[in-house]
Amino acid sequence: MRVAIASGKGGTGKTTVSANLAVAWSRLEEKVTYADCDVEEPNGHLFLKPSIEKTEQIGALVPEVNFDLCDGCGKCGEICNFSAIVVLAGKPLTFPELCHSCGGCSLVCEPKAIKEIPRNIGIVETGSAGDLNFVSGKLRIGEAMSPPLIREVKRAIPANEHAVIDAPPGTSCPVVEVVKDSDYVLLVTEPTPFGLNDLKLAVEMVRKLNLRYSVLLNRAGSGDDRVHDYCRKEDIDLIAEIPDDRKIAESYSRGELLVDALPQYELLFKRLVDSIKMRFKPIQEETIR
Amino acid sequence: MLQNSKMKEIVIISGKGGTGKTSIVASLAALAHNAVVADCDVDAADLHLIMKPKILHHEDFRAGYKAKIDPEICTSCGICYDLCRFDAVKKLDPAIEANNCEYEIDKIACEGCGVCSFFCPEKAIEMETPICGELFSSDTHFGPMAHARLGIAEENSGKLVTLVRNEAKKLAEETGIDYLFIDGSPGVGCPVIASLTGADLVLAVTEPTVAGRHDLKRIAELTRHFSIPMVVCINKCDLNQEISNEIENEALADGVKVIGKIRYDSAFTKAQIAGISVVEYSNNGVAEDIKQLWNQLEEKIEAL
Repeated sequence: MRVAIASGKGGTGKTTVSANLAVAWSRLEEKVTYADCDVEEPNGHLFLKPSIEKTEQIGALVPEVNFDLCDGCGKCGEICNFSAIVVLAGKPLTFPELCHSCGGCSLVCEPKAIKEIPRNIGIVETGSAGDLNFVSGKLRIGEAMSPPLIREVKRAIPANEHAVIDAPPGTSCPVVEVVKDSDYVLLVTEPTPFGLNDLKLAVEMVRKLNLRYSVLLNRAGSGDDRVHDYCRKEDIDLIAEIPDDRKIAESYSRGELLVDALPQYELLFKRLVDSIKMRFKPIQEETIR
Repeated sequence: MLQNSKMKEIVIISGKGGTGKTSIVASLAALAHNAVVADCDVDAADLHLIMKPKILHHEDFRAGYKAKIDPEICTSCGICYDLCRFDAVKKLDPAIEANNCEYEIDKIACEGCGVCSFFCPEKAIEMETPICGELFSSDTHFGPMAHARLGIAEENSGKLVTLVRNEAKKLAEETGIDYLFIDGSPGVGCPVIASLTGADLVLAVTEPTVAGRHDLKRIAELTRHFSIPMVVCINKCDLNQEISNEIENEALADGVKVIGKIRYDSAFTKAQIAGISVVEYSNNGVAEDIKQLWNQLEEKIEAL
């Protein structure tokens, strides 16, 4: 089962929840992978301190033109919807950073003058932290598009293993890429106007994608009741709360895991594993039937 | 577009989310008296909750393409299915589907490349330009504001950010206002790059945590990559004094100055709940910290 941890708003505690949930789950004698798909700002390694066994350079395919073969027909420029290849005076010019790797230009080139070559967009690291499997992607600085790298991180998650997937903030393409094929989504929020506004956006997203989800409230008690009221009204399960506590913030600031620094939270996260499984189960049975 | 040569564009970003960017932008707008504000965090925009903009003008934002198969023309040859690299062509079960077409486009997965449409022998696939969001031009009690709403699960956030910035520049031009504050999104990818290319100064808001420090380094690398000067503000600076000092020293070693330190204070949350900026909510401690940040920032802007 793959559980994605997401939130519209940044800084609500996605990484805290993902890392601690993954560790608590692995302590229930199950094989679990933590996957950091927040490839623009991956932070999971700061808390899990994994030993990295493999670092893989990830390339996105971009066109390379062989001018000896090019007849200047201009079809590559016509098919490209991203202005990544433009033909000027019969000569194709490429802008690799705009390329979406659709392969159209090379398919349409009759003299076979366009070859697709990989362009480095970042790295995927794999390793382990104790009993936990660890996978993480890191986008190369200056690179705009994260979804191709996110796909590679997901591919590095061992099949038939449970996974906790740390998503980036927001509700647009990188987040959709992370959550769309997960089995369950946990939305992390905080009891503030910004927290609620962005939770509503995240709920709209998971509903549009037809995913199973519930909400975890972080820093409970720091704001007001608006998230509770909203969840009640919308009939959304609020399955766990982490209290607002300066001790948690301080331990987080040092890069400590809550389940180790403040052991009373190990139980909270183990229970969270159970609640997620319980909510996922009915669907599994339906599918089998 | 006309150019207001005096106009200075300051982008507020953080790498890591939740460091207090939006609260700080609202306070800076309140303190500057004379600024245009742009909310470029288009897929989780929150600034309007504090600025309470009165919308004067709005327009639909259309961008990119989505493929659409006409089931009447499609002969189910499967070429589109074979060519699509984004798994956006779904195979339907012909036994269940009543129509004669075996394929359908998954609009969320569709990247809009047009390969399927180009190679369809029956010309059964059309590329449509969808509405991806809305762009707003507004008035607030602090001054003009440009903002947007990206549709749920939509793409092209970078293009929308560029439109919001252009709208804000136009507002600055029309009103003769010299400061433009841009509230950016978290991360270092497409919308962040779109919000900062060509800007005059970046104010990076960080926090003294291992994650804040890690992400600040990536933001510093990004601003160097695009040759934009950067200054730093450490929010919640007393949460971890040790890391706060380390951030300051590391920044200095990189030639980046920490121009503000804001104490850890519940006024940030309380002001948000009251729907006003921190400097309007409180007039001691934390508000003083933000005023000092603004004084330092204004000096820095004037020296640009």
